[in-house]
Amino acid sequence: MPGKLKVRIVAGRHLPVMDRASDLTDAFVEVKFGNTTFKTDVFPKSLNPQWNSEWFKFEVDDEDLQDEPLQITVLDHDTYSANDAIGKVYIDIDPLLSSEAATVISGWFPIYDTIHGIRGEINVVVKVDLFNDLNRFRQSSCGVKFFCTTSIPKCYKVVTVHGFVEELVVNEDPEYQWIDRIRTPRASNEARQRLISLMSGELQRKIGLKVLEMGGNAVVGYLQCFDLEGESGLVVRAIGTACTLDKLSNPSAALLPACNSPSKEIKEVPFSEDPNPNTHSSGPSTPLKNQTYSFSPSKSYSRQSSSSDTDLSLTPKTGMGSGGSAGKEGGPLKTLLRQQTQTALEQREFPFFTLTCFPPGFLVHVGGVVSARSVKLLDRIHNPAFVGIMGNTRSYKLLDWNSFSADEPETRDAWWEEIRQEIKSHAKALGCHAVIGYSESTSICEEVCILSASGTAAVLNPKFLQDGSLDGCSEHRLSRQPTYFSTGSEKGEFDFLPLSKDSSSVLGLEEPSPPSCGFCHIPYDELNMPFPAHLTYCYNCRKQKVPDVLFTTVDLPVEAAVTGKGCLIQARLCRLKKKAQGEANATAISNLLPFMEYELHTQLMNKLKLRGMNALFGLRIQISVGENMLVGLASATGVYLTALPTPGGIQIAGKTSSDITYEQHISNMQKKINDTIAKNKELYEITPPKLFALDPEVSTFKGQNTEMSEEIIGSPIPEPRQRSRIFRSHSESSDEISELDLSHGKKDAFVLEIDDADAVEDIHSLLTDAPLPAGFYSCNTEIMPGIYNWTTGLQMFTSVRVFRLNNVNLTNQGLNKIFNDLCENLLKSLYFKLRSMIPCCLCHVNFTVAVPEDELIQVAVTAVAMTFDKDQAQESWKASVDKALMKVIAENEEQLQFPLELCSDSPGAQPFSPRKGTVSLGLQESVSTQAIPEAQRAASVEYSSFANRCNSWIELVKVKALTIRRGSIKTTSSLEKASPQALGHARVRSTTAYTGSTITVVKMTPLSFIPGAKIVKYVGIINMFFIRETTSLREEGGVSGFLHAFIAEVFAMVRAHVAALGGNAVVSYIMKECVFMENPNKNQAQCLINVSGDAVIFVRESELEAIPVQPQTTSSQASNGGADVTT
Amino acid sequence: MAMELDVFVGNTTIMDEDVYLLWLDGYTVSDAVSMRMKSGILEQCGASQDVLESDTMDHYRTFQMTERLLHNPSKLVNQLLFQIPPHRQNMLIERWGGGAAIVKITVQKCYKILNPFSPSLAPSLPPSLALTGRYYAFDEAFVREVLGKKLSKGTKKDLDDVSAKTGITLKSCRRQFDNFKRVFKVVEEMKGPLVENIHQNFLLSDRLARDYAAIVFFANSRFETGKKKLQYLTFEDFAFCAEQLIQNWTLGAVDSMVEDMDVDLDKEFLQDLKDLKVLITDKDMMDQHKSLVCTALRGKLQVFSEMEGSFKNLSRGLVNIAGKLMNNKDVRDLFIDLVEKFIEPCKSDKWSLNDVRLFLTQHTNSVRALDAFKHQAVWERYMRVIQSCILKMYHD
Repeated sequence: MPGKLKVRIVAGRHLPVMDRASDLTDAFVEVKFGNTTFKTDVFPKSLNPQWNSEWFKFEVDDEDLQDEPLQITVLDHDTYSANDAIGKVYIDIDPLLSSEAATVISGWFPIYDTIHGIRGEINVVVKVDLFNDLNRFRQSSCGVKFFCTTSIPKCYKVVTVHGFVEELVVNEDPEYQWIDRIRTPRASNEARQRLISLMSGELQRKIGLKVLEMGGNAVVGYLQCFDLEGESGLVVRAIGTACTLDKLSNPSAALLPACNSPSKEIKEVPFSEDPNPNTHSSGPSTPLKNQTYSFSPSKSYSRQSSSSDTDLSLTPKTGMGSGGSAGKEGGPLKTLLRQQTQTALEQREFPFFTLTCFPPGFLVHVGGVVSARSVKLLDRIHNPAFVGIMGNTRSYKLLDWNSFSADEPETRDAWWEEIRQEIKSHAKALGCHAVIGYSESTSICEEVCILSASGTAAVLNPKFLQDGSLDGCSEHRLSRQPTYFSTGSEKGEFDFLPLSKDSSSVLGLEEPSPPSCGFCHIPYDELNMPFPAHLTYCYNCRKQKVPDVLFTTVDLPVEAAVTGKGCLIQARLCRLKKKAQGEANATAISNLLPFMEYELHTQLMNKLKLRGMNALFGLRIQISVGENMLVGLASATGVYLTALPTPGGIQIAGKTSSDITYEQHISNMQKKINDTIAKNKELYEITPPKLFALDPEVSTFKGQNTEMSEEIIGSPIPEPRQRSRIFRSHSESSDEISELDLSHGKKDAFVLEIDDADAVEDIHSLLTDAPLPAGFYSCNTEIMPGIYNWTTGLQMFTSVRVFRLNNVNLTNQGLNKIFNDLCENLLKSLYFKLRSMIPCCLCHVNFTVAVPEDELIQVAVTAVAMTFDKDQAQESWKASVDKALMKVIAENEEQLQFPLELCSDSPGAQPFSPRKGTVSLGLQESVSTQAIPEAQRAASVEYSSFANRCNSWIELVKVKALTIRRGSIKTTSSLEKASPQALGHARVRSTTAYTGSTITVVKMTPLSFIPGAKIVKYVGIINMFFIRETTSLREEGGVSGFLHAFIAEVFAMVRAHVAALGGNAVVSYIMKECVFMENPNKNQAQCLINVSGDAVIFVRESELEAIPVQPQTTSSQASNGGADVTT
Repeated sequence: MAMELDVFVGNTTIMDEDVYLLWLDGYTVSDAVSMRMKSGILEQCGASQDVLESDTMDHYRTFQMTERLLHNPSKLVNQLLFQIPPHRQNMLIERWGGGAAIVKITVQKCYKILNPFSPSLAPSLPPSLALTGRYYAFDEAFVREVLGKKLSKGTKKDLDDVSAKTGITLKSCRRQFDNFKRVFKVVEEMKGPLVENIHQNFLLSDRLARDYAAIVFFANSRFETGKKKLQYLTFEDFAFCAEQLIQNWTLGAVDSMVEDMDVDLDKEFLQDLKDLKVLITDKDMMDQHKSLVCTALRGKLQVFSEMEGSFKNLSRGLVNIAGKLMNNKDVRDLFIDLVEKFIEPCKSDKWSLNDVRLFLTQHTNSVRALDAFKHQAVWERYMRVIQSCILKMYHD
């Protein structure tokens, strides 16, 4: 009996009138957990009842605590007939199970009914007393933290990244059970809501168990989805990245970990690039180039076998990666890298990471996007085990497919396994040992299901993957049990990784592979390139090869050097498909998929070039299947990476014709395209730096650059193009490849041939992409490259459109145009709606498409609009950094320890805060070529948009530094001790800030941060599923009125839950599912929405300035406490 | 081919002031779209008509959903469905808890910008308050039609005539009428000061709450305001008079501790008004009164001779009105009587406003010198209201 759940029902308000005669309600409440139910008294004749109930106590297993939701039902008492239900509240008590999240859930919750929507509110208080249970064989995983955020949460420090975790549970869908024929829609909806809630709980618990097994304590980048497979059942599946996280004692300054032992700390200091103080002595900054390694072809090049073992699971392969180019050389280092990291990663079944944003230094190289799709036919998930368990005491016993599926050949689990294997082999082919930014999705239509997975092949710095290697001494000692995955790798060798060259690189000294471009360098071998591509020397460091285009699914690394601003790029495509059944249908879809991927890719490439950019981040390709069509939508954020060559223009080639008007037409079009490129370059401020014009290499190799001259023709910017074609004399084979390229393969990316109507359409649509209105920027990544001075304006929104195609005889082109217009108009509407926020940027623009019915296309967008300060130019923040720097120097003189503290602190406290991430060397260069070394150094310490903010922060650190020196014995365990106290403070602050108002304002954002504010605590994961149904569609304002109200209600319920947890914002908010079905003839509609995010407490930076005294006391107290523990 | 569904929902509810006004005025979506297009908004933002249509639809839906809350504005403050822009609302809500005095200041300040007749200044307002204020604001033309009428279904049925006459859309008329009725229903039976009740229950600005108090008061006593002779009077005139009546003639006026309605007139007082008749029935007293007034005003009044000539008529008129007030039916005619018996005769003799003021002041005060008159208190309570009403109503 390891847990006691306590619930108190306080009051209700704004209840609906349930008794027409008196215009009042006699309300009472049922509180249910598991199979136990309590009831409050009836509070007669009131719309604002005050129950003030006793504490209802449930004594339950912690397994149940994790699985079951608390179910609160508000009813109207009726003496003569059955009591009428007013509505329900489901509360996920999981946040209460972790000591670091919320301690109490208390607040007003909307009372929700699946037919009537929100009907009043109820005030509830929930607490949990957990008893320590040391049972090794327990099935619960209480205490494992879950984060939707796809980066390391802001107030944590990562100790180890363990890797990929996944789980999947299936059940029958209550909507398709026989009982559904006799029960009311309400009962059926509630059964579904409850079931999914239960399944999510179980899924989370199981994943938690896996994490504990791996030695981790948290899941980051947790993505849970459900598949409504209709007749064949309901699948809830989740993926995530298991990590060991350490709480930073104080969110504003992470000093405690640094103070364990002064001697270590000095080594750790250099921006925590070096994680491994124990082995640090092996000489980290040995110039790599001087060492020679024998090249041994890795077995990763062995051909992977196609996983499509049946006709149905045809998996189009796409190494969409670096769309263009290749070279060779650079082998030895990479081989070494591969060898080293392989040892760390090879044992893992799937070296996948759902993270999209990494601590500096984590990402070594990026290969390119890898994706796999598979078409499957859904079968009823029938299993004898079901029957046996249904008779159990629980109403729904959930099945872990794994445990029963041994004899089932076609299981959901096996399907995903297959896809993941494929992804893994793609990554290997790109010379990468890991996949980052990994995600999975499905699209289901009738019995056909497309499973998709995609990610970015990458080479990672294994130091983070090693258990206990990142932190100080005590933690290391504690982790004695040999952990699952990370054995046997010799740590010393990792220091040779190009990126771990720590201090010198960040300090702006001569450096062979600076972090600003290192990730662009190709990980694969030039001689064995997985696909034809053009390689050039990196424009940043001139030492390594880079591809000419880079596609990734991750966020732009904070340290990356970018020229100008980025923008949202979308490729849209519809393909008609014959209606078919069963296998024929699946085969037809399988056949179409590769073509769709190819076309989407081509579109992306063209649009990228049209904007004069050379890299895509956050690429997300969604292909949705409908009865008679497939819809594909690819979204990404285009940027100009300084390290990559300037992209070529787009050349139009017509068929050979003597017709003068035709020629005229062609040249007009060419001119238009060239104009657009020029305009875009201006708009996105893309002015490639001319820093390397005098680089000796350029002059040396220019002479050999002869065969490229043809390609320059038609390119609007021949000058930089010329520079991009530099090859070493011995790189003959790569020259061949590039020649081959010109005749086929990737040629279309540069030359558009107008030989049929299709191509004309393509070019036309290319040019009709509406330009952004002045003052707007958009991207689908966390942050907009090139915008740093965010102000506090924040507006998260969801917009949904459904388009009905009435014209049955549509062509592919017609369909494409409609779909394209649909997306463009939607974007235009957004710009119009948000015009009051100008200048602003739409961030994390997330489109989802669906084909809910025969002739319907549904597009849903969730994004956040954030304001930024236009006038505060980069110069001003540079000035502020300079100012801060002066202080640092001044401090430096009198207090040696201080700058070290500062340094070690910044990456720890805000490891990837995009807003104030380290400003890279490359960026400095693009801003101003004469950036002084000091400025660079200060910039890498911390960048903040406001000078005073920066100063006060340094002040704060100073205070802390003093405190730390005073304390004598500190251990890491003191860190643990410190956290609750520090949080207590934060909590008090945040609640006092809102006293007086009855409703906490809750911000919502799909990003992992809140501009102008610091996240001080994560109070729990939000994962909610709602169904809304109506049988009076017209009366509720038609489909739009219905959905508008429902989305508003979902927002309201999310906000209420967050507020009850003590939070004031949701970060990493995502609407994972929005399934809308209607039957206007019957006046009915139904919608399912699944949302998730992380509830947090944030404090405005302006408020933070008042804090410095507080953390001082906290930290000293805490460290004293810690001393007691260890001595 | 058509857009089947098109919605936009923000975490922070976006409300466009201009569209809100159009919605309040009862325009259809298509009318609103064309009016917005005329405003040149498309050119400013480079948007197309369908963008505007979609935007307008979104706003209309939002307003329709908020309307339910606006009917009970105290709900609006702690509802969860819409997150109406944070800091300002937060500030306002905090002030609510802080005490009535601050509230009043806030509300009054807001009202200055919130004045329904100057919409252009409004965007800087706390939206929930602006919303309520706007929603409960009414058209001058409309309120003049309905003022003093019974807020019944019958009156509501006639709203199409009102709409036709005033040019205000029927939808808007209905909303305004329903607002009157809703406020009336809520405060009708309530204890305590009328303005304060309205203020508390509907979160209206001080000024708007006073206006509603007047509307409720008029509707309750059913004062006649629609006659042709009264057409020249504005709502503001009546609102002023209502305030005077509420402050002086209701039960609450005598004793603020009385737990009774502000809405009904003090019956006892109305009974007592009969006693004033002695001023005109007793010939000596009337002559004495006249000579006192004439002596005092000689040389001060521009229309002295006219006054002298019509004194008895005017005095009789004033006192007769008082005598009739005990009948409910005659109470309704209070304003028409004032116009017919006093204002019109003065106007025909070309009295200036100052003349009227001097006369009424002297006429009231001189009664004190009449030793035989025993009803000084009643007389003064009566004349205080009559005097200020007449002065307010004495214009073209």
